[in-house]
Amino acid sequence: MVVEKPTVTQIWKWLDNVPDPEIPVISLVDLGIIRDVQWQGDTLEITVTPTYSGCPATSIINLDIELAMTGHGIKNLSLKRQLSPAWTTDWLSEKGRSKLETYGIAPPQTAGGPDRCPHCQSTDVQRISQFGSTPCKAQWRCADCLEPFDYFKCI
Amino acid sequence: MSNLFEFACRMGDNSLVLGHRVSEWCGVAPVLEEDIALANIALDLIGQTQLWLGLAAEIEGSDRDADALAFRRDVWDFRNLLLVEQPNRDFGHTMMRQFLFDAWHFEMLGALKGSDHTQISAIAEKSLKEVTYHLERSTDTVIALGDGTEESHNRMQNALDRLWPYVGEMFLNDDCDHIDTSSLRPAFDARLADVLGQATLVQPDSTFTHKGGKTGARHTEALGHMLAVMQSLPRAYPDAKW
Repeated sequence: MVVEKPTVTQIWKWLDNVPDPEIPVISLVDLGIIRDVQWQGDTLEITVTPTYSGCPATSIINLDIELAMTGHGIKNLSLKRQLSPAWTTDWLSEKGRSKLETYGIAPPQTAGGPDRCPHCQSTDVQRISQFGSTPCKAQWRCADCLEPFDYFKCI
Repeated sequence: MSNLFEFACRMGDNSLVLGHRVSEWCGVAPVLEEDIALANIALDLIGQTQLWLGLAAEIEGSDRDADALAFRRDVWDFRNLLLVEQPNRDFGHTMMRQFLFDAWHFEMLGALKGSDHTQISAIAEKSLKEVTYHLERSTDTVIALGDGTEESHNRMQNALDRLWPYVGEMFLNDDCDHIDTSSLRPAFDARLADVLGQATLVQPDSTFTHKGGKTGARHTEALGHMLAVMQSLPRAYPDAKW
């Protein structure tokens, strides 16, 4: 019996259903860390770039990709790590950015800080710390609604 | 041992030793935000260690991996700068050590990014983004504490005076260095003068420098104590999996 290989487009769709382990409202595709998907003969090769070099989620992400692909019947999978070009928040999808904000995380801005509070949209915001609960986030607060919130660092 | 292996160990040991030192603050930093910031910086540095020591292991081509290099070498095989193994002491001292290292690391990675060795340039490119962020924070903190209260100012000046004899080693150069590290000094000095000026701190005028960390000739007493803690678990339970 000949089983047809799933298309690369189909695989991208599957990957877009694999949530980021730390911020489950966005997918790995939204995060911009899936750099390439291609078939090498009968082996599916997925190229992944790390967000931060020490991010503990990296190994979980690889495991989640493997589980998802195995779940879709992929037998031969090879995960490649690519460091260059280094990951940038410019690769976050538009869908991902708006999902982050709805979730309460201000999306990255080139100005280096959030343009508004993700809760009440006030622009009167202050930085608490350049670092936060995960390597990709910083802590900010809103001077109007007084809520603290996470800001997705722009790198 | 090849020069490239030595060089990858130098880079990896710097980030490993400083990363471990910074992680010693986890749970005991002055305020929660600083605790989180220090832990995040430690995490970045340990991540960079995996890349550099991974490269070293690949160059060596024996059965050692990055973990074996980190946990199964003793003091005499470490190639980190003496600066990064210095104990944390107080928070101001930790941040001064961080600033001096970040300011060098930033220039070093910037130069390595242009290397024609694709793995070295890729690791440098990746690390530079993180280190740019580290430098921004350590610069701000050195200025805030230096130009702060009389107490914080004095502590920062004491930290600078104590750490100063370890600055020169960062710019000593030999055949193992992938680039000419002495060429980084002018940019480092310019930044230092600017930041210390804003921090109202005085740069010591001595040019004496301790050396022997990056060549492995002689480390300070501090490194052995640190490794005894850092390596205790993998040495007690070799090849443990969890």
